[in-house]
Amino acid sequence: MNRNKIEETIFKILMINSTIIILIILLLILLTIILKGLPAMDWSMISQTPKGGYYLGKEGGILNAIIGSLYLAGGATILAFIISLPIVLYFKVYAKKNSKIVMFTRFSLDVLWGVPSIVYGAFGFTIMLYFGLKASLLGGIITVSLLILPIMTRAMDETIKMIPIELLEASYSLGANRIETAFKVVVRQALPGILTAILISFGRGIGDAASVMFTAGFTDNIPTSLLDPVATLPLAIFFQLNTPFPEVQERAYASAFILTVIILIISIVSRFLIKKYTKYIIK
Amino acid sequence: MELKTHISVQNLNVFYGNEQALKNISIDIPDKKITAIIGPSGCGKTTLLKSFNRLINTIDEVKVSGKVFVDGENIFEKKADVNRIRKKMGLLSQKPYPLPMSIFDNVAYGPRIHGMNDKKKLSAIVEKYLIEANLWDELKDRLHSPASKLSVGQQQRLCLARGLAVEPEIILGDEPTSALDPRSSKHIEERFLALKNDYTVIIVTHILRQAKRLADYVVFLYLGELIEHGPAKEIFENPQMEMTKEYIKGVIS
Repeated sequence: MNRNKIEETIFKILMINSTIIILIILLLILLTIILKGLPAMDWSMISQTPKGGYYLGKEGGILNAIIGSLYLAGGATILAFIISLPIVLYFKVYAKKNSKIVMFTRFSLDVLWGVPSIVYGAFGFTIMLYFGLKASLLGGIITVSLLILPIMTRAMDETIKMIPIELLEASYSLGANRIETAFKVVVRQALPGILTAILISFGRGIGDAASVMFTAGFTDNIPTSLLDPVATLPLAIFFQLNTPFPEVQERAYASAFILTVIILIISIVSRFLIKKYTKYIIK
Repeated sequence: MELKTHISVQNLNVFYGNEQALKNISIDIPDKKITAIIGPSGCGKTTLLKSFNRLINTIDEVKVSGKVFVDGENIFEKKADVNRIRKKMGLLSQKPYPLPMSIFDNVAYGPRIHGMNDKKKLSAIVEKYLIEANLWDELKDRLHSPASKLSVGQQQRLCLARGLAVEPEIILGDEPTSALDPRSSKHIEERFLALKNDYTVIIVTHILRQAKRLADYVVFLYLGELIEHGPAKEIFENPQMEMTKEYIKGVIS
């Protein structure tokens, strides 16, 4: 065997190994939460809010946290989207190439992406104190939207950046202005990428515990207003795992299973949507 | 000032950074004829074409001096309404870029942008221009499938239909057949010959034979300078300038 062949073989083996490792990790996580959580899994887990003494092993479920997490991550995703879409459209359609503002914004977003979520939690908490806001759905939504904003913006930016300038020129040459070109051509061409960005941001938002710990609070009730405190799945898992009772700890794994299933459902739905819109993309 | 033609260029200079892409170009483009801009690569053909509808302004660090009159209006003036001027010109680029939507929506895009919302009228427009681009028979049964699924040749004709749908006076082609196979190229060339009765057609081409087949009027550029221009017959059979002679014989390219 010559050197090239040996190199090829080594790298092939490395790649296959990495793939297998990822698959095994995923499988182990799923197995752990299913095996440990399944005994505690029943209909009341997802249909009831905690009754008195739930954390001591008595009746109830985590409907409060399921609904709370959906509200919170959903609200944060919408808020982050409203802010990030104009940013990326500005980058592509309005800003000059090599614009200093664009380069600086991209750099800032990359830095923000790396900031740990507990820092966002602390920052959100400070802001809320300043405005006299107590831990609430609104506080949580704002904090989580700050957390996922850089992820969503950069993920959308990367797909929109790839759109050939000629496609925009085609629209301009028909007499379209920039805003029409941005929404009718750029957004449509980047739709699968935008959906992916929304999906990963939502996944990050619904799974994060540290950012909501101080800002969203925790409650056994389902919030009825933006100013109510709200329970979230990651915190519910945390509290249940922290009890000394094995049967409550099992419920933590069941909750983790529910969280994973929510993310799975959203992944599948968005894959379906992405596939639907990909066929229109101009290569 | 009396202008005889749709497009009239006066002392046009274009700089990319420090590099001068066009040097003092002055020319009247004849109406309702096919004008071919020829010259070796990098001579400024595309820049000249794109300055007609001010698409060069989308390229950064470009400086323009001089005037380009479209129907008597200097389009490089600050107050010029670029979108209205661009509507007067259809553009075909080197590689066809249909929009990321259905065939129907591609053709209807321009009219919709300009305020047409009547479904019946839009359908009529789409049909009319798909016929004019010689696509109707091939595509009439799948108007709502994505334009991205068409062959490259069909895409270029769709781009032509899309451009015609905004009812321009002028059609610009930037080497519009360079990405196409010979049969599709022939399709497009036939369209140009049919359209020149109603439109002013300007194409950039580096294929001399194509220029000979199509052009009524020829503009020869070399390194950003306008070397010679005139009726195609004169340029090809009896060029005045040494450089034109050499290019046509194939000495420089």
